[in-house]
Amino acid sequence: MGILEVKGVGKRFGGLQALSDVNLSVAENSVHAIIGPNGAGKSTLLNCFVGKLIPDTGSVMFNGESLLGRKPHEINQMGVSRVFQTPEIFTDLTVLDNVMISCFAHRDGAFRLHPFETVSHETDIIEQAEKMLLDVNMADKRNMHAASLSRGDKRRLEMAMCLAQEPRLLLLDEPTAGMARADTNNTIDLLKEIKEKRDITMAIIEHDMHVVFSLAERITVLAQGTPLVEDTPENIKGHPKVKEAYLGESV
Amino acid sequence: MKLLGLSAKDTRFLLIVIFLTLATPILLQPFPEGSGLATFNAGYPDLMQRFAIFGIFAIGFNILFGLTGYLSFGHAAFLGVGSYTVVWMYKLLDYNVIWGLPLAVITSGIFALFIGFISLRRSGIYFSILTLAFAQMSYNLAYSVLTPITNGETGLQVYTSDAQVLLGPNEPNTPHFFGLVMNQSTKLNLGDWQFTFNNGYYFTAVIAIIVFYISLRIFRSPFGLMLRAIKTNQTRLNYTGINTRPYTLAAFVISGMYAGLAGGLMAAMDPLAGAERMQWTASGEVVLMVILGGAGTLMGPVLGAGFIKYFENIFSKINDQILQGWFAWMPDWLSGLLIEISHFFVGKSWHLTLGLLFMLVVIFLPGGLVEAGQRIARLFKKKPPQDGGKDPEHHPQPAPHVAE
Repeated sequence: MGILEVKGVGKRFGGLQALSDVNLSVAENSVHAIIGPNGAGKSTLLNCFVGKLIPDTGSVMFNGESLLGRKPHEINQMGVSRVFQTPEIFTDLTVLDNVMISCFAHRDGAFRLHPFETVSHETDIIEQAEKMLLDVNMADKRNMHAASLSRGDKRRLEMAMCLAQEPRLLLLDEPTAGMARADTNNTIDLLKEIKEKRDITMAIIEHDMHVVFSLAERITVLAQGTPLVEDTPENIKGHPKVKEAYLGESV
Repeated sequence: MKLLGLSAKDTRFLLIVIFLTLATPILLQPFPEGSGLATFNAGYPDLMQRFAIFGIFAIGFNILFGLTGYLSFGHAAFLGVGSYTVVWMYKLLDYNVIWGLPLAVITSGIFALFIGFISLRRSGIYFSILTLAFAQMSYNLAYSVLTPITNGETGLQVYTSDAQVLLGPNEPNTPHFFGLVMNQSTKLNLGDWQFTFNNGYYFTAVIAIIVFYISLRIFRSPFGLMLRAIKTNQTRLNYTGINTRPYTLAAFVISGMYAGLAGGLMAAMDPLAGAERMQWTASGEVVLMVILGGAGTLMGPVLGAGFIKYFENIFSKINDQILQGWFAWMPDWLSGLLIEISHFFVGKSWHLTLGLLFMLVVIFLPGGLVEAGQRIARLFKKKPPQDGGKDPEHHPQPAPHVAE
């Protein structure tokens, strides 16, 4: 029984069957990649996990509880964090404030009215946020405006924000999209480091085969809304069905 | 020095604000009576009260608009609710404002809870339209169906036939606070200068300082941080496990209560309440105040409120006669020309001056008057600021004002 169990999920947008009968099981503390050509339904599937979309059929269970019909913040509070394709951060705030918001969300839950407490008196939260920034090698940038960060740093910041919540499942939506090779390699190293340091399950949606084969322990190949195969990276590499789906893309 | 849970810097800031507020009757009276520039003196009770009241209104509005990024076009509705509540307390109990003012805050809070609950289902332009619709609805209802409560076009006022069950035999017959009569003033003559210390002004000023302190605490709290995060990126906040709805609703209700308090104080200065206070132009005015002063800054809204009220009352007073007095020493043809030109900017045309100024501020100083002050301060400092961009509310970014 995996930490994330997806059974018979289908989703239709008007005339387009985006997903049909998707079955997937992500084992606890593993790195599971979901790959597939453009339009295969990878992002739709991820959106079904985080509460942005509700599938028409099937079930999504996280840690034995159904995620269907729950709002994004509720799913997050259950221990599912998400990294976006383009880093979503609070650009008007400082780097430290960004991480502190995650720390507050982790400590205080979805809502707490605390208009007469003072942020600068919350030493525990500040310490925790600083430690998180240290983990992603951004401690020296704590007082910078998040808007002025480079794209790679924005990605690191977003990662720190997700990790500050101590999630059990981290969903990554093309974490290296649009990055240069050097940045991609940095991100791979960062993810490996994160994985080594804590008990965390990662589900990665990715285009870049280099990233997938460097990180994943299991790979699901999605094509036209249905899983084609699910296997270890070694077996996926030479799989004829996968080659066919990618039509000449180097696998 | 640290006071009331504030940092040393904020304590200093608060003390300056307290000093400026209490010294207003002197500071706004820089020109001697009878001199040509006496027109620009603003230290008379009616105007100073308006500075404080609209300052409160703008401080509250800033919590919703400047901090959270939700642009409401309907906050005048709460102003009206506050006024009506206070006048009703005059009619039912007596002229002591102690009954009406807290109740004005409560009733406007309840109204804000209701309107906010519905309007906040949408964000951006749709939210603005919803609040505008609610305010116009309140305005029209106050004129028509709700006449038994609002006294329609005549406006709500106190009549001798009213119950006033608590009215004592020696009690003043105008609004007062335990005997402190609002429209009484002490005059002080120093040479050619005349200063007026008005009870009503000091009453509103003390309340304004208290609510300014509350807003300062909100700005520095985790709650304020969340509101700022909502303005910047609601999507990220949702995926960080924060339910943004109660936060936005809380900000809406708080700003509604500020508006209700301001409306109540209007009725405390002058025991009248009319539906025109709820009109959309009044809602628009507070938006102008906050943007002009600097949205999202602490001092900006107060500056903006003062600026607009000053223009409304001082520039509108300047008529051709006063202009003639100023230009009398010039040759006739020149003074005639200058009067013709100035005519478009003063007196009844003061809106034009304000409009031009507003355009200049929005185009060249997106951070409002506060940004202007910072730029001037930077000119006098030798070295560039080291902490540039450290403190987001003192260095507003030219970001969109409305939450996406």
